[in-house]
Amino acid sequence: MKKRSVMLLSGAIMALAAAIAPGAASARDLTVVSWGGNYQDAQREIYFKPFAAQTGKPVLDEAWDGGIGILQAKIKAGNPNWDAVQVEAEELALGCNDGLFEEIDWDKLGGRDSFLDSAVSDCGVGAIVWSTAIAYDGDKLKEGPQSWADFWDTKKFPGKRALRKGPKYTLEFALLADGVPVKEVYDVLATPEGVDRAFRKLDELKPNLVWWEAGAQPLQLLASGEVAFTSVYNGRITGINRSEGKNFKIVWPGSIYAVDSWVILKGAENKDAAMDFIAFASKPENQSKLPQYIAYGLPVKAAAAAVTPELQADLPTAPANLEHALALDVDFWIDNAEALTQRFNAWLAR
Amino acid sequence: MAIPRIRFDQITKSYGSLRVIDGLSLDIAKGEFISLLGPSGSGKTTLLMILAGFESATGGGVWLDGKRIDHLPPYRRDMGVVFQNYALFPHMTVADNIAFPLQMRGVRKAEIAERVKRALDMVQLGAMSERYPAQLSGGQQQRIALARALVFEPAVVLMDEPLGALDKQLREQMQLDIRKLHMRLGLTVVFVTHDQSEALTMSDRIAVFNKGIIEQIGTPREIYDHPATRFVAEFIGETNLIEGTVERVEADMATVRLAGGSEIRVQAGTAATTSAKVLVSVRPERIHLGPDAGERGNALRSTVVDSVYQGDHLRVQLDDGAHGFIVRSDRRTAEWPQGAAVVASFQPEDCWVIAS
Amino acid sequence: MSEVSFRQRVGALALVAPLALFIALFFVWPLVTVLKESVSDATVSHALPTMVDAAADWNRQSPPTAAMKAALVTDLRGIEDQQLFGDLVRRLNSAQAGFRTLLPKTRTAVDKSRETTAPEAVDLEEIDKRWSNPAYWQAIAGTLSPFTDQHLLAAVDLSRDGTGAIVALGADESANLTILLRTFWVSALVTLVCLAIGLPYAMLAAAMTGWRRQLLLGAVLLPLWTSLLVRTASWYILLQDNGLVNDALQSLGLTDAPLRLIFNRVGVVIAMAHILLPFMVLPIYSVLITIPKTLMPAAASLGAHPLLAFLRVLLPLSLRGVASGALLVFMAAIGYYITPALIGGAQDQMISSVIAFYATGSANWGMAAALGIVLLAATLLLYMVYGWLSSDKTARA
Repeated sequence: MKKRSVMLLSGAIMALAAAIAPGAASARDLTVVSWGGNYQDAQREIYFKPFAAQTGKPVLDEAWDGGIGILQAKIKAGNPNWDAVQVEAEELALGCNDGLFEEIDWDKLGGRDSFLDSAVSDCGVGAIVWSTAIAYDGDKLKEGPQSWADFWDTKKFPGKRALRKGPKYTLEFALLADGVPVKEVYDVLATPEGVDRAFRKLDELKPNLVWWEAGAQPLQLLASGEVAFTSVYNGRITGINRSEGKNFKIVWPGSIYAVDSWVILKGAENKDAAMDFIAFASKPENQSKLPQYIAYGLPVKAAAAAVTPELQADLPTAPANLEHALALDVDFWIDNAEALTQRFNAWLAR
Repeated sequence: MAIPRIRFDQITKSYGSLRVIDGLSLDIAKGEFISLLGPSGSGKTTLLMILAGFESATGGGVWLDGKRIDHLPPYRRDMGVVFQNYALFPHMTVADNIAFPLQMRGVRKAEIAERVKRALDMVQLGAMSERYPAQLSGGQQQRIALARALVFEPAVVLMDEPLGALDKQLREQMQLDIRKLHMRLGLTVVFVTHDQSEALTMSDRIAVFNKGIIEQIGTPREIYDHPATRFVAEFIGETNLIEGTVERVEADMATVRLAGGSEIRVQAGTAATTSAKVLVSVRPERIHLGPDAGERGNALRSTVVDSVYQGDHLRVQLDDGAHGFIVRSDRRTAEWPQGAAVVASFQPEDCWVIAS
Repeated sequence: MSEVSFRQRVGALALVAPLALFIALFFVWPLVTVLKESVSDATVSHALPTMVDAAADWNRQSPPTAAMKAALVTDLRGIEDQQLFGDLVRRLNSAQAGFRTLLPKTRTAVDKSRETTAPEAVDLEEIDKRWSNPAYWQAIAGTLSPFTDQHLLAAVDLSRDGTGAIVALGADESANLTILLRTFWVSALVTLVCLAIGLPYAMLAAAMTGWRRQLLLGAVLLPLWTSLLVRTASWYILLQDNGLVNDALQSLGLTDAPLRLIFNRVGVVIAMAHILLPFMVLPIYSVLITIPKTLMPAAASLGAHPLLAFLRVLLPLSLRGVASGALLVFMAAIGYYITPALIGGAQDQMISSVIAFYATGSANWGMAAALGIVLLAATLLLYMVYGWLSSDKTARA
């Protein structure tokens, strides 16, 4: 067994913390980790609390911000303190390859066929389908942008724009703005010339760009009028429109959608309970409640079908919204994330 | 009289409702060594701070050589100040410390070196010029502080209990050294102290402070021999204060009847008017003990209560039935066992009358 | 006699043992492991043990030897730990793109023929014809050494080309040095701002007494009692175009259009200076209150104008506090990344955000450690300069 001293160290610290923590000797309750915010509030209502009531055992929930390194460190240290974790597609693929996750028992979930294809993996179960798209304030702009080309057009739409800091999404959007058809984006991006083209396109907009990192930031930027447009996670927009009476609009054409999945950490103490929990959260009658709280698409086909048409219209999985949308190419980003991040940082620093 | 070097006129200083100095006036002549003596809180240090410019008076004025200086900031008052804790700059060498006031006055470099050397020689610390203050003893630091306060030849040198932190022997040595410097250089010195023997040793004049006013001002001899008030008599040295009533006054002598019934003859100060209730001050060293009064005019029959050997003298406690006395007796005379009957005698010239 | 002193020594050692243990556990060990992590590259040699010998005398030009091919098959069949295999794939893929698909495919194939075919008899090129490409073999051979300088080189924008020579990466490819220099520059700016505000502030606090002093010190300590994120977020709200600061400036008629205070260097410096100010004020304050109160009156009585007295007496004496305050602020500022990330623009990101990306985002611990080591080395260098500059002063105090 290979020994990574860093992992050993964090393991030692965790062991120390566990030794100090009161009641550490008793078994840990099922711990479910998700993205926090109003999304996790919704999950708590429709998944965590009912599941705890059904099993009669408490469910702990924690929030995280992603990062495969965090999962890796927890697992290599042994006896991870999380059981079920919601991860992005990249983390699912990387972790699956590295053996960080337990294998999924699809029989408990009603078989692979009851899910969308992109939501099925050996070690992860799709939880939501979500989009990154352009958003603008409908109260300030009557005629909103229609495409990424409009996003880039500072003459027609003056003002700053915000994008998530990092190459992922940003480079795809740049190519879309430069006229690359949706279907060809990743083919172009896979070539060095395509990457150069994306960065050249970004150069045009650079003086007008503001970068965000946390999912709540673009809403704040939009609400304060700091930027005219921003890229945004679609669920946040419907959330703030409902809770604060905003009139933020989403531009679906050119949006990029991806699937977030539930995984079970390798060697987790409550892995059976975690599997039961995932099955619970994948039951159509439970999952179909989610869009009432937050506008994320549902990977369970029967659940998606049970959503009312009004709610359906806001979901990334609505056929009209999917028409000109792009699926995130997870493999591309696994292969290229590091190199392109390095180049992106270099570009930012210029 | 020539224009005084320093004149305080009706100085008042209050902190809120607390009056620290109360309408104080004082002239100090050029070349004079004056001590401001008093217990802590009597206003002596505050007066010095007002003179140096660190405090401003609530009322009244300060003059230097006939020019009013109240409005001048401290750095334009031309006064050298020596602080109790020396206040040497710890990050500068001894030479740099002494050069500091000269640099501030824009003296040329070559001249500074020359004057620093002279100042160091004056306090006999020429070898220490490159040391830092922390490397010197307390006495050495005080000499450097003195040299620094003198090197720019200020109009007045102010010293705020400068010897308080030194041990007794060093203090006495420094007292003499400062006194010598004062006489040699003709300095005008205002010296704040709460140590009466220091004030007596060094001063041309002493101003005794009490509760924001000057109780008495005069030469050490006047202050010691003819204290104006009970406070001065008790604060300066040790004394016996005997209550009595003035029977009669004849020219410069008076007769006082003591509480115990006996009569003594005393010098008639201003306080001695017929039938006045007075205190008679007799210094312990002026009382002689013996089997009889001898040639000394006053005699009180007493009993020895206690007698303590103190090296250069015997300290004897007496009681004549009405009063207790302290006597500093020559130790060559006989021992005075407890309970022994003895006659305490003293000259009328050694008795001073203070209003009761 | 000697036994007594021996026992005393053991007793003394026992007293400091907890301290020594603490330092070793929480200071020396992490440092050593991070250092090791930055140069360690044992994945491939660990996962492919027989390959190490087989490829030892391969010249890297000719086609791979039969022994190497057999060693690869043997080693692939020998890997049981899935996590180790994942590490191997990632490591090889970072040296030569394509291993991500090639290696799992090959492993599945050789596993299947485990019972039927000896390692020497397996035809790798039949499994995947990419095995005939020497580049893949070169990549394996190039990663067999358990140590590498690749991460350390990459941390300062250098790399090795095919022949092993060190070459600089283009400005388009890597900006670690730029970001590192910027980190120091921003930290220096923050230190200067903290000094400009903190020194007068500490002097004011030291000159005050009673509740006024308590109030001043409390005001500067207050930021320490709220979380970093909250403080940063409040600056976000204050500094934005329609934020309180701009609203106030405009309603006072001082500016017509909103000042650009956020998403640029100005905002970063303001927010970081606010957060780090206590680390400047407290050391200076603690030095100032030890300076005798009579020194400034003494300087005045000797003829020094207050400004000169400050420059010649108070300032030199407070330098010790200034130096340690500046050092504290600078060292703390170097490690910041939440504040620059939220308040700063694209040109204001600091090295910690790059380290965080490698550590949590891509699990590239080697690269994260290497950047950390470079940062540590640069900081130690600065600290030595500081020590050298301040040594003559401390010697005399």
